[in-house]
Amino acid sequence: MSKDIRIKKGLNINLVGAAEQTTSKAVLSNVYALNLDDFHGITPKMLIKQGTEVKAGEPIFYNKNREDMLFVSPVSGELVEIVRGARRRILTLKILADKSQEYVEHKPLDLDKVDADGIREFLLKSGVWPFIKQRPYDIIANPDQTPKAIFVSGYTTAPLAADSDYVLQGKEAELQAAIAALGKLTPGTIHVSVGKSGNSPLAQLNGVTVHKISGPHPAGLVGTQINRIDPINKGEAVWTIAPQDLIIIGELLLTGKFNAERTVALAGSIIKAPKYYTTKIGAEISTFLYASGVNEDKYRLINGDVLTGRRTHPEGYLGFYNNTVTAIPEGDDYEFFGWNKPIFNKISATRSLTFSWMQPNKKYDLNTNTNGEHRAFVVTGQYEQVFPLDIYPLQLLKACMVQDLDEMEQLGLYEVAPEDFSLTEFICISKQPHQQIIREGLDLLYQEIG
Amino acid sequence: MGLKEKLHETKLKFQGKKMAPAFNAIHTFLYAPNETTHSGAHVRSADDLKRTMNMVIMSLVPCLIFGMFNTGYQHYLALGEIDAVTGGFFGSGFWTWDNFILGFWKILPLVVVSYVVGLAVEFVFAVIKGHEVEEGYLVTGMLVPLIVPVDLPLWMLAVAVVFGVVIGKEVFGGTGMNILNPALTIRAFLFFAYPTWMSGDKVWVHGAVDSAGTADAISGETVLGFLAQGKTTEMAQQYDLADMFFGFIPGSVGETSTLLILLGGLILVFSKIASWRIMLSAIIGSLAMGLIFNGIVAAEWIPEYSKFYSLMSFEYWQHLLVGGLAFGIVFMATDPVTGAQTNRGKWIYGFLIGFMSVMIRVFNPGYPEGVFLAILLMNVFAPTIDHYVVRGNVKRRLKRLKNATIYPKVSEGAEALKTETV
Repeated sequence: MSKDIRIKKGLNINLVGAAEQTTSKAVLSNVYALNLDDFHGITPKMLIKQGTEVKAGEPIFYNKNREDMLFVSPVSGELVEIVRGARRRILTLKILADKSQEYVEHKPLDLDKVDADGIREFLLKSGVWPFIKQRPYDIIANPDQTPKAIFVSGYTTAPLAADSDYVLQGKEAELQAAIAALGKLTPGTIHVSVGKSGNSPLAQLNGVTVHKISGPHPAGLVGTQINRIDPINKGEAVWTIAPQDLIIIGELLLTGKFNAERTVALAGSIIKAPKYYTTKIGAEISTFLYASGVNEDKYRLINGDVLTGRRTHPEGYLGFYNNTVTAIPEGDDYEFFGWNKPIFNKISATRSLTFSWMQPNKKYDLNTNTNGEHRAFVVTGQYEQVFPLDIYPLQLLKACMVQDLDEMEQLGLYEVAPEDFSLTEFICISKQPHQQIIREGLDLLYQEIG
Repeated sequence: MGLKEKLHETKLKFQGKKMAPAFNAIHTFLYAPNETTHSGAHVRSADDLKRTMNMVIMSLVPCLIFGMFNTGYQHYLALGEIDAVTGGFFGSGFWTWDNFILGFWKILPLVVVSYVVGLAVEFVFAVIKGHEVEEGYLVTGMLVPLIVPVDLPLWMLAVAVVFGVVIGKEVFGGTGMNILNPALTIRAFLFFAYPTWMSGDKVWVHGAVDSAGTADAISGETVLGFLAQGKTTEMAQQYDLADMFFGFIPGSVGETSTLLILLGGLILVFSKIASWRIMLSAIIGSLAMGLIFNGIVAAEWIPEYSKFYSLMSFEYWQHLLVGGLAFGIVFMATDPVTGAQTNRGKWIYGFLIGFMSVMIRVFNPGYPEGVFLAILLMNVFAPTIDHYVVRGNVKRRLKRLKNATIYPKVSEGAEALKTETV
């Protein structure tokens, strides 16, 4: 069964430095790390001490509020460092990898015989549960709640992001296994979206409803698709999983091993030879960054895409959820009369002496300059042009800023994640931090109502 | 060391000091800042508020320049020194140096006073409150000289600007927070504080006030002024439709040329700065009210001696060519801060502005113009309009909620199952 969805509102951000579709194997990383920032809202409780040897897939810590939710090591090795921040909060866990990898061997699940409880327990103890995220609140899914539907977006529209069609090739068996298991966790539907003109392996899966999506960014964001297909109501839960994480879940189900291997796109104008690398979650970015080479000394390295990614540095580590690493120029320079001269080399959603509307397919080399200072909200009607959800974006942002819980709830905060506001943040004339505002709003709502 | 480096070092010196906003305002005017993204999206689009405001100012410049020529033209025409312009928009006798120079030296002081006083207030508030100087006044400062009579004493303008910026904007928290359009607040202040300088047949032509009562007194009545006094034929003798459209008529400095306002409007709509929804619906609203009045006249519901008769029988679409209606619709009603913020709300908001403008214009006994009052009134109602539009979205969401699929908690569900099997 397949349904077509066409998104009209949006804006494609075409940047130079898209990853070429060839994959190399990255050099093995010495140290792998889990960054606790990746797990929003999780308070970790350590299971092992510094200096302990672990196997790949062996639990390192658990969720303080949910003891059976385990977080495991991506590789086998020794836990060499626990980096702590203010008030001894754990920031990063570093594991020195062994030369030869040993895996925790789980008994592969026979999906025909196991029930929902069995699958849930298996996913929790094997450490792949954190790949499942939930809405509302955009956090790791609550295993205690039954979702009304599960969404997987296999359509890539984010700038320079790894192309799902490419990274999923040849992984049909794993994807199918993961879908079969997840299908038992919801009485509802698993909605899978693919690009209308793509050749995604996801389109061939059994037990899912396939949606063919077309249109500009943010058509590929799962939030846009949820809003079109089956919007979230108060009290409901919807789970979302990135397709590359389905592979890890699927392999675990088939072989019993947690294999943290992942195909990562290294992209951006700073990279000399942007392309794909296979590496593992938590690997040092320098292990593949310098294989492709960088053009400049000063640049912004991003774990993820340019709109939603997290800032990192060459000695940083690949994020738990990321399969894109982007490097773009820093923009910490002044521009003479930058506010009134015609602009040809930057993207704009207006035509106020900016000319990106004349060449919608031109590729731009954007840097991290904000192109203006932070201001109060002034202009109206612009977010709506790139925001395809049935939500009033400006009003919702303001409700979050004034912390009006009723208003946040009524205007649809349950339906969104910060990433849904990444494009409005990009075009914002007042340079407001939309994603941060939404994140804080979600946290407040979770804390007060959750 | 170049200017860029010197300014950068000065900026670091000012950092954290009381005067930092004042310096930064000048610095960012010269150089787009070196600020980089910290949270959220790592890249940002090219537009900022300065660029947005700059577009509005540029679309106002044709009206300003025309206003300079028109000031000279109306003055010399009233004196009888030149003949009425003939031959279309670029016709003879209008685009002359004499006209321009007189107008230039009359209007430049208005612009300078408006900007200097307004920006001074902005700087003072920015320094006191420790926020950056915001760009809102760049447009307001340009609008104000365009919506006042040319002979307005400068001290009145200065007083009004201080009032408008402080009461109209800063007390609410500055640009983006105000309820009323600051430029219109300034105009409303002038109108109610100094009505003799803002209405009548003496204020629209330069020199008319000074020469009043003397042998060579001149005057210039606006189209609406004639109509309000029932002098339809005199009006028709003096101005034809082309004059009204091109703007060769007396009026506030920048409001007369419908053609150039249209050009400015097109720039704003094309550059996606102003809302075409507001402009279009305001035009529709004013046409609707005009048609209603024309209909009343056609149905002979009011007698010919009624003082509203001339204005009511004024051809409905010609309302758009005279007075400040076109200027108000294009440059004032579209102010995003004080207008409706939802797309549907903009349709309602714009329509009511057009509708009320023509209504007030016809029924206002003392002063035959109502655009600024209509816009200020709708500014007050814009949040209410938005509220009901947004409630529509909320209602849709609540309706959906009835069919929500909420499953029991897994733990509770298991309990329920167990009791069932027992």
